[in-house]
Amino acid sequence: MTEPVAWTDLRRFTGARVALGRAGHGLPTAAHLDFQEAHARARDAVHSALDAEALEAAVAPEPLLRVASQAEDRRSYLLRPDLGRRLREADRARLPAAPGSFLVVIADGLCATGVQVQAPRLLAAALPLLRRAGLGIAPLILASQARVALGDEIGEAMGAAIVAVLIGERPGLSATDSLGLYLTLAPRRGRTDAERNCISNIRPGGLDAAAAAEKLLWLTGAARRLGATGVELKDEQPATALLAP
Amino acid sequence: MGFAQTVGGTRYTFPDLRILLARATPLRSGDVLAGLAAETAAERVAAQRALADLPLRHFLNEAVVPYEADEVTRLILDGHDTTAFAPIAHLTVGGFRDWLLAAEPAALAALRPGLTPEMAAGVSKIMRLQDLIAVAAQCRVTTAFRNTLGLPGRLSIRLQPNDPVDDPRGVAAAILDGLLLGAGDAVIGVNPATDNLETTLRVLELLDAVRDRYAIPTQSCVLAHVTTSLLAIERGAPVDLVFQSIGGTEAVNRSFGVSLSLLAEAHLAALSLRRGSVGSNCMYFETGQGSALSAEAHHGVDQQTVEARAYAVARAFDPLLVNTVVGFIGPEYLFDGKQITRAGLEDHFCGKLLGLPMGVDVCYTNHAEADQDDMDALLTLLGVAGVTYIMGVPGADDVMLAYQSTSFHDGLYVRAALGKRPAPEFEAWMARMGIEAASGAGVLPGGMAPALVGLG
Repeated sequence: MTEPVAWTDLRRFTGARVALGRAGHGLPTAAHLDFQEAHARARDAVHSALDAEALEAAVAPEPLLRVASQAEDRRSYLLRPDLGRRLREADRARLPAAPGSFLVVIADGLCATGVQVQAPRLLAAALPLLRRAGLGIAPLILASQARVALGDEIGEAMGAAIVAVLIGERPGLSATDSLGLYLTLAPRRGRTDAERNCISNIRPGGLDAAAAAEKLLWLTGAARRLGATGVELKDEQPATALLAP
Repeated sequence: MGFAQTVGGTRYTFPDLRILLARATPLRSGDVLAGLAAETAAERVAAQRALADLPLRHFLNEAVVPYEADEVTRLILDGHDTTAFAPIAHLTVGGFRDWLLAAEPAALAALRPGLTPEMAAGVSKIMRLQDLIAVAAQCRVTTAFRNTLGLPGRLSIRLQPNDPVDDPRGVAAAILDGLLLGAGDAVIGVNPATDNLETTLRVLELLDAVRDRYAIPTQSCVLAHVTTSLLAIERGAPVDLVFQSIGGTEAVNRSFGVSLSLLAEAHLAALSLRRGSVGSNCMYFETGQGSALSAEAHHGVDQQTVEARAYAVARAFDPLLVNTVVGFIGPEYLFDGKQITRAGLEDHFCGKLLGLPMGVDVCYTNHAEADQDDMDALLTLLGVAGVTYIMGVPGADDVMLAYQSTSFHDGLYVRAALGKRPAPEFEAWMARMGIEAASGAGVLPGGMAPALVGLG
């Protein structure tokens, strides 16, 4: 008879909260308090603000233009997503024309801390690949109190061929620094989520910047060939590279 | 035609059924966002009184979303069974509430085809939490695939082993953890991090291998878009259940990239595989209040009524499982623990009344005003209401979707506190495997060698 495998052995294979043990049917005290601490940190992350100057420095020499949605503050952003999808009138007039371009909108979304760190890393990996593929990159846009669909209005106003919105994902307990990317071909107001492709969980420990950049390049090429993003565009990028140990 | 009611000397008017239902709805942020909520507490109770006096027959004559413009409305009205409706045809909404509180399980089951979602939503708006719980507890809905779900005295759990990069080892480790804590009888179901066909195929193979090698009497599912599942079926992948998020209007379903005809095609494709051993319910749907408004596809209807209409879509395809993901959508639709609790119990009640095997993802996000105490309360209330299943996530922390759901431990708690047991086939399997003794001793059972599922 072989030696039984310890429950705690499972921890080697995942960052999820496995093998926490049992106190009766409940969580042991240490695991319970670990959870409470993680929740407290995530609550604080929701209210973190983007440091625009630091981000501008991090993406230099790429030009970065700041805009804002119609949501005036965090509370308004949380309770009125419609305002987070609309651009301030004054900002709309300031957008440069960039017809046929690949547009990147960096948005704070639900957690600024992830955007601050992951967006510059992703762009450093992705922009050279996109340029090599012959795409013209529009000036970068930094949008505050922004929802994903704000990229549609910005892209339409600039005449972009395709928009990638890099946005802070809602913080979880294990990750408060996660970036999401939403790709939309021919952006214009009224696009639905079924017309976008998403790359989620971009962060160290999730999908790293280099792999996310490769996937963005693949999706962009496929979107241009197909003439669509969204459910019609199946992500059939060979996945083996992503799952190497 | 309009409705009017006087409360406290003020006369309130409601121009149509859509507005009457919205104004009668207990307060929630999504209806405020949509500009549909009652402006005062008095206006709300006036609407509730007017709604209580409304004959149920009226719901068959006034659609909240126009018949010509919406295939979900057509599904509801064309499929209405007047014979099943007969026992309540003479009642008002208020009289229907009284009827429900006194009804036996057989009468509730016979009523289902005669009920429209709007009738269920309407009556729920004049019910307290205890009413929603008491009536739901009398609704018996049983479904089956490789085990039997929804039997009296049972409470099942979806094992949700999500991984941030769909790493098969991370998924397998979370499955083992859940099995050891009694989860997995509803389904072992993975939300893929990206809707990628190759990943979907590989996770399907992994789930099927785990189920096969440990001989677990349960079903698996990769919660990819329905079109991805159809491609997987074409490729010969082991698809037990086909999943899809659905909503209560044609337009919100379009925003999800689906239609009734596409769902019918997927249902037929899944049925053709004949993979169920004790039953053939092979669809899995998720819903949630606020999704229609979020897609600007609500037609000016309050979010709870639209949610109930999604159940008409679900019941057209004989699902094994349906759950509302009640706290996932965020504070702009359900602001805090109080609103999430009420919505979860409303959704469970409406789903059960319409005949669905209704589960609830008892959950919240970190930008909502809610915490574990709120979830404990809702979980316990749902257990009393006879919820078909809940979710099970390692430590309540979904490391892929970044939200908190119920943990495997929560499942153990609610079963023990309320004397509920897993699905019978799964319970027998747990006993054979010696699961309880193993987790008590902090080891994996001998029959569940990790090496069998790629954890060497």
